[in-house]
Amino acid sequence: MTNRINKKLQEDKKLLSIYFTAGYPNIDDTVTTIQNLEKNGVDMIEIGLPFSDPLADGPTIQASSTQALKNGMTSELLFEQLKDIRKTVSIPLIIMGYFNPMLQYGVDAFCKKCQEIGIDGLIIPDLPVDVYHSDYKSIFESYGLINIFLITPQTSDERIRFIDSVSDGFIYMVSSASTTGAKSGFGDEQEAYFTRIANMKLNNPQIVGFGISNSDTFTQATKYAKGAIIGSAFIKHVTNNGVDTIDQFVKTII
Amino acid sequence: MSYNINEKGYYGEFGGAYIPEMLYPNIEELSQNYIKISEDPSFKEEFNQLLKDYVGRPSPLYFAKRLSEKYNTKIYLKREDLNHTGAHKVNNTIGQILLAKRLGKTRIIAETGAGQHGVATATVCALMGIECVVYMGEIDIARQAPNVARMKMLGAKVVPALSGSRTLKDATNEAMRDWINNPVNTHYIVGSVVGPHPYPDMVARFQAIVSEEIKTQLKEKEGTENPDYLIACVGGGSNAAGTYYHYLDNTDVNIIAVEAAGKGVDSGQSAATSVLGKEGIIHGSKTLLMQTNDGQITEPYSISAGLDYPGVGPMHANLYKTGRAEFIAITDDEAMTAGLELSQLEGIIPAIETSHALAVFEHKTFNPDDIIVVNLSGRGDKDLQNYIDYFKL
Repeated sequence: MTNRINKKLQEDKKLLSIYFTAGYPNIDDTVTTIQNLEKNGVDMIEIGLPFSDPLADGPTIQASSTQALKNGMTSELLFEQLKDIRKTVSIPLIIMGYFNPMLQYGVDAFCKKCQEIGIDGLIIPDLPVDVYHSDYKSIFESYGLINIFLITPQTSDERIRFIDSVSDGFIYMVSSASTTGAKSGFGDEQEAYFTRIANMKLNNPQIVGFGISNSDTFTQATKYAKGAIIGSAFIKHVTNNGVDTIDQFVKTII
Repeated sequence: MSYNINEKGYYGEFGGAYIPEMLYPNIEELSQNYIKISEDPSFKEEFNQLLKDYVGRPSPLYFAKRLSEKYNTKIYLKREDLNHTGAHKVNNTIGQILLAKRLGKTRIIAETGAGQHGVATATVCALMGIECVVYMGEIDIARQAPNVARMKMLGAKVVPALSGSRTLKDATNEAMRDWINNPVNTHYIVGSVVGPHPYPDMVARFQAIVSEEIKTQLKEKEGTENPDYLIACVGGGSNAAGTYYHYLDNTDVNIIAVEAAGKGVDSGQSAATSVLGKEGIIHGSKTLLMQTNDGQITEPYSISAGLDYPGVGPMHANLYKTGRAEFIAITDDEAMTAGLELSQLEGIIPAIETSHALAVFEHKTFNPDDIIVVNLSGRGDKDLQNYIDYFKL
């Protein structure tokens, strides 16, 4: 069976992916958020598993993670909330989280649960490519999970080629040297970076993340790339408006 | 079997570099260069010159006669408290600032808990005329005001870490986030033997001057390079790593690592990582850390801000796991009492971190002819208010 991520990537359109923190703003918002995002035309979802010490995240996602943990979110509870998600949702679902909670759950058990629920892939910012390759790749693959890797403007061409060679699905293209939500808007530096990557003609499509907050930045990011991910801007929207007005947010993007 | 780091950046199963891709170029640049640069003769010359003329090394190895009499054994104190800036921390910051200069970096960031590493970093930045930003938990800023003032006077910018528990672990997170946002011109001077490889090894090498000097000094005083015991306190573990370094694989020398039990190991307010921690990942390193069953990092407690860290360096996690070192947990009360005792027996007011190491003598009996070296890692000036409050002085 083809993974839902790969099937989605074959569609002839620019993909909008949304990141949100599970169990935020309220502990029971997780499933509603996913359903509302799909209903309003979002192509792919990254479900953020909150972590106490999210190194790569800026203040918005730090705060949503802290609140979600206060609300009582855990790996176990997330799996429980998602157990029937495939009865109502068919777009690709990716869990994005830091490695320590997965390690404590047990990497094999975590991946097994993901497969049972119908999760298609994982993004683990602090699990380096080489460690994944030597220690965990076979586990992920045995449960049909795609592990998505990041590249940044500082990543060398040689390393990008290497990451491309070990990737499946797409490459998560971090738009600038920053934590999440730190910068808004793209300048000449991003344009040069986007062009450079487009010219490399990689095997895997790229989806851009970090710094995308509205229709303009979505259009800029997807000029060369297959899609874009919005995280902090979406979190801010649900912080202020709750999860019942997700349609309003999505309409401003696509 | 070696207890030092292997070619892959691990001590046994601990260590490695579990970092986001954003930090990969920085860490790779360091990994490729830190040994090459620090082993370069001109680097060594500059490093040793500064340690001698600026820091005041070698630090004395002092035979503590009255303390030895009290515990009926032979106790030597390695006087890192006499270093410029008052602790062992400066050995590392001198090394890293020279490294940063050779890598062409123009901006320095650091994390600090008690403020000792922040002061040591601000000091070397002033010395070299390099911009310095120190991240410090908001709570630590409040409880370590004199060190905050020192950093500011030295020209550093002190940025409060407002996230999470607003202490050392969050200051470290903020420093790493700064580095992600400033990957090209900035070097991050990590203050302990923690963080992603090569930091634990790099910091241990710069602190290894301590055990190198112990060998020579002990040979002069006792006719042997080998003490029977080495004792040091462990938060992240940099003074301990420096004390043990040249003795790691010499099993004639016993190693004792002292952790902060806080209000008691089982009190829920403790920083005894070896007892309370499980294997996991903190700040880019696979090591022992205090965490929930769900893998969320928990907040430690110790009266000593310098030991108030939920992890421990991977070298020490391996020393614990293999049994190479004996780990002893000392409570706040035991440490404070030992600090007062040293003050009145030897005329030396130790940092509260160091007082934990000194409290071992109430816990463990040594033979009269045992030779014991304790790293007196810092002086107590910064802790005066704590001592005043505790003893109602």
